[in-house]
Amino acid sequence: MMPRPARVQLFATCLVDQFFPSAGHAAVEVLERCGVEVLVPADQTCCGQPAFNGGFAEEAAAMARVTIDALSRSDDPVVVPSGSCADMIVNHYPELLEGDAAYGPKAKELAARTYEFCQFLVDVLGVDLPAAPPGPALAYHASCHGLRGLGLRDQPRRLLRAVTGGRCADLPDAETCCGFGGLFAVKMGPLSGAMLDAKLEAIDRSGADVVVATDVSCLMHIGGGLHRRASRVRTRHIAEVLAGQGHD
Amino acid sequence: MTEPALAFHRRIDAALADARLRRALALTTGRLAGGRAAAFDALADAEACRHEARRARASAIASLDSHLDRFAREATARGCTVHWAETAADARQIISGIARERGIRLAVKSKSMATEEVELNEALEHAGVRVVETDLGEFVVQLGGDRPSHIITPIIHRSRQDVAALFQEKLGAAPADVADIPAMTALARRVLRAEFLQAGMGISGVNLAVAETGSICIVTNEGNGRLTTTLPRVHVALLGLERIVPTAADLAAVLTVLARSATGQASPVYTNVMTGPRRPGAAPGGQQAGDPDGPDELHIVILDNGRSRLLGTPLAEILYCVRCGACLNVCPVYRLIGGHAYGGVYPGPVGSVVMPGLHGAEDWSELAHASSLCGACRDVCPVKIDLPHLLLAVRRDAAARRLAPVWIRAAMPIYAAVATRPWLYRLAGRAAARLARALQHEGWIRRLPGPLAAWTASRDFPAPASRPFVAEHHARKAAAR
Repeated sequence: MMPRPARVQLFATCLVDQFFPSAGHAAVEVLERCGVEVLVPADQTCCGQPAFNGGFAEEAAAMARVTIDALSRSDDPVVVPSGSCADMIVNHYPELLEGDAAYGPKAKELAARTYEFCQFLVDVLGVDLPAAPPGPALAYHASCHGLRGLGLRDQPRRLLRAVTGGRCADLPDAETCCGFGGLFAVKMGPLSGAMLDAKLEAIDRSGADVVVATDVSCLMHIGGGLHRRASRVRTRHIAEVLAGQGHD
Repeated sequence: MTEPALAFHRRIDAALADARLRRALALTTGRLAGGRAAAFDALADAEACRHEARRARASAIASLDSHLDRFAREATARGCTVHWAETAADARQIISGIARERGIRLAVKSKSMATEEVELNEALEHAGVRVVETDLGEFVVQLGGDRPSHIITPIIHRSRQDVAALFQEKLGAAPADVADIPAMTALARRVLRAEFLQAGMGISGVNLAVAETGSICIVTNEGNGRLTTTLPRVHVALLGLERIVPTAADLAAVLTVLARSATGQASPVYTNVMTGPRRPGAAPGGQQAGDPDGPDELHIVILDNGRSRLLGTPLAEILYCVRCGACLNVCPVYRLIGGHAYGGVYPGPVGSVVMPGLHGAEDWSELAHASSLCGACRDVCPVKIDLPHLLLAVRRDAAARRLAPVWIRAAMPIYAAVATRPWLYRLAGRAAARLARALQHEGWIRRLPGPLAAWTASRDFPAPASRPFVAEHHARKAAAR
């Protein structure tokens, strides 16, 4: 394990930046509470995953270079409040920029010091968060890329168990995709919508008041479905729950 | 969008609207996926088994030429006749020719996706050979003039009641014959037994071929494969040229994971390894080595049909596939739409790579977009094929051929221009937020314009934040100082 870092850089992701700023502020708050100084590089944009997943490798590589530059002004570890965008940096940047003499090595170097938020808290900081007062019933949805790309399985569940005093269970079929998939949700709208229906049924069955995930992309999708159906169930990024913001 | 892509979207819509299909798919894929998971959990070191199977397949594909040559040499030395079919038409012609030259009028078949791929039945019927499918599922497919919709369970889209009605209509079955599944199976068995005894030719696929011994292996659960390959005088096996392993030990490594992945069985009911046709000379009480049964002739037709073109390309890894169907059973897309919607012989994640790989991006690359890239397929593949990676390779190829929808091709450079200029990204964010203010109600947008309407058809879209995180964070820090 690396020595405990005193400072990290937060790569907020474009969705947190533009749509769910509260998840970003919560991530900063939790990290600072753990005694870590948080830098937020001002010139960060989008990691390029939508282009990458669409098959537009050149555009994706251009965005990867900009992200690498933004996160390489310091060699502090990078924390990402998204398994999917962290997976993009960790697993796909090195491959995407393999033939790039200047950025190929930088991509590898960045990949080696990039962590998804929960991964960083548990695997690097080894934190023990204090239990929060009993709140609403939470259900955890395991986002695909964190789960299968980064092996993010126990860390979020451990954190949630600790802070909620066991008031967080897995959704039924917690590890089945919600159907977001970036452009997939638009390009294959009816399919994506049918996958979402299955997820919403599982949420219904769970009886949970709040759905928690490590990625706001899934939560934007699930939350959009819940709101369309006028559901009482809310969505929260895991950082918000850990910061004690499980309620409305 | 291209016409094949539009047709694919129409088939998806039709499948999603078919409640009976959805129920049948959910039931069977769930059972198969659950069986697979339990079978691998029961292994002492499942990861090591997958690793070994992958190694066996990778070593075969890495020097496919020499393994194929060796296989052909060894099989010939053991009395087989080896044929090479570069295209589907070649395969049809070779097999029809074998039947015609021998005056064969009836052929029985065990299950084979490769014969589906080359549309062999139609060609044989055309050549005056009646063909009878003997795998129970394929038998039902043939009776119904249907197509298989799953690699392993071809009638996953059919209910028991469908099959009962079909048996009554096509076989004149009495109600007692279709009362339950054992009764229906018994009926099929009576019908098929008569065909086995009369057939002049048995046709099978090949699950795996062993280069060092010239053997072919087929696995089945119904015993029909064994009858097909031993009773008729002539056995023709159609072998996809990638389905080879160097050694018998490699065969064992793949068999360890094959049935577990396909059906959750530790091993299939019948594993047949066949090395050459029947050796003559066996006489009652005789000293000479020979075989008491088996076909007089064993023809092995090695099929390319686009496979060798994949060697050395980003899609080459798909040649490791042993067609277990595990990736279909866990795919959230396959589980909703089934195999027919994909439109080709091979559906699901594997089909979405194989079809464009073998038959061209123009007609088939849209399949690779019917995936959220969730990665469930990669987690269950017995030879650890990185399917999402291959789906991305198909998408890259499609984008390079300008097959993406016009709006995506138009939007991509704009999005890239914005995201590579932080100042423009911030500006565009503010502009989008202002624009969205008119569309939103209490933080949500109910209807988006243009292609984005596909999102709001089934869910709301969040309004952009009025104060983006990064800017707000810096404003707060500055205020605190």
